[in-house]
Amino acid sequence: MSTETAQVTEVKKPAEALLSKRRKKLLSDPLVDDNPITIQVLGICSALAVTTQLQPTFVMALSVIFVMVFANLTISLLRNTIPSRVRIIVQLAVIASLVTLVNEVLKAFAYDMYKELSVFVGLIITNCIVMGRLEAYALGNKPYDSVLDGFGSALGYAWIILAVAFFRELWGSGSVFGVPVFDQISGLFGDDFSLATNGLMVSPVGAFIILGLIIWVQRTKTGYVEH
Amino acid sequence: MDLFNLAIKSIFIDNMVFAYFLGMCSFLAVSKKVSTALGLGAAVIFVLTVTAPANWLLNEFILKEGALVWLGESFAEIDLSFLRFIMFIAIIAAMVQLVEMIVEKFAPALYGALGIFLPLIAVNCAILGGSLFMATRDYTLAEAGVYGFGSGVGFFLAIVALAAIREKLKYSNVPNGLKGLGITMLITGLMGIAFMSFMGIDL
Repeated sequence: MSTETAQVTEVKKPAEALLSKRRKKLLSDPLVDDNPITIQVLGICSALAVTTQLQPTFVMALSVIFVMVFANLTISLLRNTIPSRVRIIVQLAVIASLVTLVNEVLKAFAYDMYKELSVFVGLIITNCIVMGRLEAYALGNKPYDSVLDGFGSALGYAWIILAVAFFRELWGSGSVFGVPVFDQISGLFGDDFSLATNGLMVSPVGAFIILGLIIWVQRTKTGYVEH
Repeated sequence: MDLFNLAIKSIFIDNMVFAYFLGMCSFLAVSKKVSTALGLGAAVIFVLTVTAPANWLLNEFILKEGALVWLGESFAEIDLSFLRFIMFIAIIAAMVQLVEMIVEKFAPALYGALGIFLPLIAVNCAILGGSLFMATRDYTLAEAGVYGFGSGVGFFLAIVALAAIREKLKYSNVPNGLKGLGITMLITGLMGIAFMSFMGIDL
């Protein structure tokens, strides 16, 4: 009996390709056209504080990608068993467990990074992108699609914070990934020549202004206008 | 006097929004009108003032390394601090639920005005951030309460000020790509410069 019904459904619906057009869209949309930070205005909270240097930003981006992919997968697998009245607390519990995992791994294998990121790893829990995708997508879609969706949104988030960190580190500290670029450039031109760094970029103000400008450029390109 | 210093410090110098980027989501989303910004700001002050001491008690007597010693000597070595995130967020969610019920019962008008933003306070990074900072900085119970209150007031000031600016901004001609989020980020940056002048003040 059971094999028969399985066959019937297979005839009706041919299996979708592993990376069909619709699924590629799930991945590519959040990168530019529907970017979580610049278009949807989500998840600005937890990440801007770590963007003074590229290295902690990179770790933060990896952590968010990990948390989003697995949170989306878990919630999507559980979606038919979660009563809608308690779904928020279930989502928070799943996210908090994953973030605790990331936190413990960092503490064990990268203690300096753990010290530097301090409370901001914990604040991934309240990152609105994670909750937003769980609410809007994972609760109503199949696991594989949800994983792709989570991965796409996390990548869209990651490249924006890496871009902010790149400019802040370059102009604020004169380096890229800890390599002192400014010193090397001024070394080429002799002793009298030196490039000055801008202290404002290291302070939070720099992050707001850089992000504002990135949003401006990005929205002008996509033609998105907020009313 | 130390407590007073801490309050001033958490309101102006270590402002949640301008120094730590916490609570940015609701800061940007709910700052279109002064009246709703006032309501949200007040709710954040209340929730932060309640959750910081509540989480302090939880951290001090259950989660910290050796905190369970009051149960007996054999519990002295237990370190539950890895449960911090889950327990803090659970307390916060419960407190927000409580606030929601109280507001609904005693101030239905405010409840209607706040709408969806009240439950969303549970996922406001400023609340969880306040509790986590309180735990990492080893405050006492009184300090935790004052710190929570001060941080809330700092957030309140920031969101009301931004809402007032954005109400006026409706009449200016902003380039298309910069409308909404873009110009708000730039304004927040400028406000941050103003708040930077408090830096280095030692009371």
